[in-house]
Amino acid sequence: MKPGATTVRIAAGQGFWGDWLEAPYRQVTGGPIDYLMMDYLAEVTMSILQKQKSRDPSLGYAKDFIPLLERILPIVAERRIKITANAGGVNPRGCAQAVAETARRLRLGGKVRIGVVTGDDLLGRLDGLLARGHELRNLDTGRPLSEVRDRVLSANAYLGAWPVVEALRGGADIVVTGRVTDTGLTLAPMIHAFGWQPDAWDLLAAGTVAGHTIECGAQCSGGNCLVDWEHIPDLANVGYPIVDAAPDGTFEITKHPGTGGRISVAGVKEQLVYEMGDPAEYITPDGIADFTTIRLEQKGKDRVRVSGVRGRPATDKLKVSIGYFYGYKAVGTLVYAWPDAYKKAQAGDRILRQRLADLGLKFESVLTEFLGADATHGPLARASAPLDRLPEVQLRIGVRSPDKAAVERFTREIAPLILNGPPSVTGFAGGRPKPEEIVAYWPALLDKNMVEPCVEVVDV
Amino acid sequence: MRRRSRTRRVLLVEIAHARSGDKGDTANVGLIALKPEYYPILVKQVTAARVARHFKGMISGPVERYELPNLHALNFLLHGALDGGGTISLKTDAQGKVFSTALLRLEVALPQ
Repeated sequence: MKPGATTVRIAAGQGFWGDWLEAPYRQVTGGPIDYLMMDYLAEVTMSILQKQKSRDPSLGYAKDFIPLLERILPIVAERRIKITANAGGVNPRGCAQAVAETARRLRLGGKVRIGVVTGDDLLGRLDGLLARGHELRNLDTGRPLSEVRDRVLSANAYLGAWPVVEALRGGADIVVTGRVTDTGLTLAPMIHAFGWQPDAWDLLAAGTVAGHTIECGAQCSGGNCLVDWEHIPDLANVGYPIVDAAPDGTFEITKHPGTGGRISVAGVKEQLVYEMGDPAEYITPDGIADFTTIRLEQKGKDRVRVSGVRGRPATDKLKVSIGYFYGYKAVGTLVYAWPDAYKKAQAGDRILRQRLADLGLKFESVLTEFLGADATHGPLARASAPLDRLPEVQLRIGVRSPDKAAVERFTREIAPLILNGPPSVTGFAGGRPKPEEIVAYWPALLDKNMVEPCVEVVDV
Repeated sequence: MRRRSRTRRVLLVEIAHARSGDKGDTANVGLIALKPEYYPILVKQVTAARVARHFKGMISGPVERYELPNLHALNFLLHGALDGGGTISLKTDAQGKVFSTALLRLEVALPQ
């Protein structure tokens, strides 16, 4: 794909780390595509990866990316499909090395070039940045990072599409990145294919909208789709979305023929509003997209055309995602059966809370939910549900505390309720709940010129 | 003879669909009219103040509303909805994935 291309086809293969392993394989074999885009990183994923890297310096990337590539790499190489993936996590070079080893094992030496995008990792630079007056205040609370500095586990700036473009221009077939935005992974192939300029704000916004539309995989092609959900065909065989992009910034969302799911205007709308803030200001490192300018049109079966997208210049800041140790939590559950399932669960909750209080345990929060009654809709559900007739209710109690011992003691108080609490209780096969370390998310902004993306392209 | 009522009360689920997600301790709910003619009803009746009342006891912060007339959709930000959000939250719905469906329980007056 060279600048001046007339269309480019970008297929989504993963919407998050842990997404369907079959999807990338089906995307590269189900019909022609130019690019396979795989998004692995959610807000707290970086901290999990940082922990893995601290135990083993060769880790810190999405490990299952490697066996997945092993399966698709021969096809990808033969069909000249390029891959953009932020599977590199906090160790893109380690990830690239593992990719290179896989390629060599598959005898693809000389046939595949790997691009590596780094420079997002700020963990080693934090103190220097703070010393120079970059406070990295929490975007939600306004607190300066210095308050939790000693508990920080990871810190990564969100890079945009341009470093990925640079890797593609350098001849990379597989671009492995750290914390590159989800949307940048889709926008980059368009910039590369069409030669879009860094100040072509409407075009960059259009590519960003394309990226947002497919970044959650099947969530725009029939998965998790509420509208007409019962009639969406063959979700077992769901087709992941594909963007057919044009140089003028218009694009169509579609999927491979013969696959399940559905690409409809209503379904695409659902994905467009997902995780949305101010729709007129969808801010990325590459520019600001105005979602109130998007026009959608059903062009045919499983084909939606997107046009009209307007953009504005990028800001001079980058978002930084910081993970820090917060404390501990644990969640315990028990199931109570009819008759009086809900009342029994409520009694179980009262008794447990009294025991926790009698033990003098201190928690930052104790939260009780009654699954089957009000866990997701709260008082709105209680107002309409026949609470006295429920066949079963799951009591779910969670605690959170900086004190690990308190959380551990809590985990021992669930099982005794089976024999010394309200009757008709079951569902404890999973055993005692385990205290879990909480890595919390600290969003902040940093001056863009403080971050220097680094791009390498290596032969295998 | 009694005058025939010109509106009927329906739940939002009959005229709209929705999807929600999270940003920290804020849940967003995108509310989309099932038909273009329903959009003005959403704009007029599903105000930020009404949504805040609807979610009383479930959220601790304010509600913001944004309009997307091009998609016949409204976007609501429900602040303080997720018990701290993300990994901190003890809620089943820690990422606000189904807040959208709770909004669809809201009642609106549909012109006959």
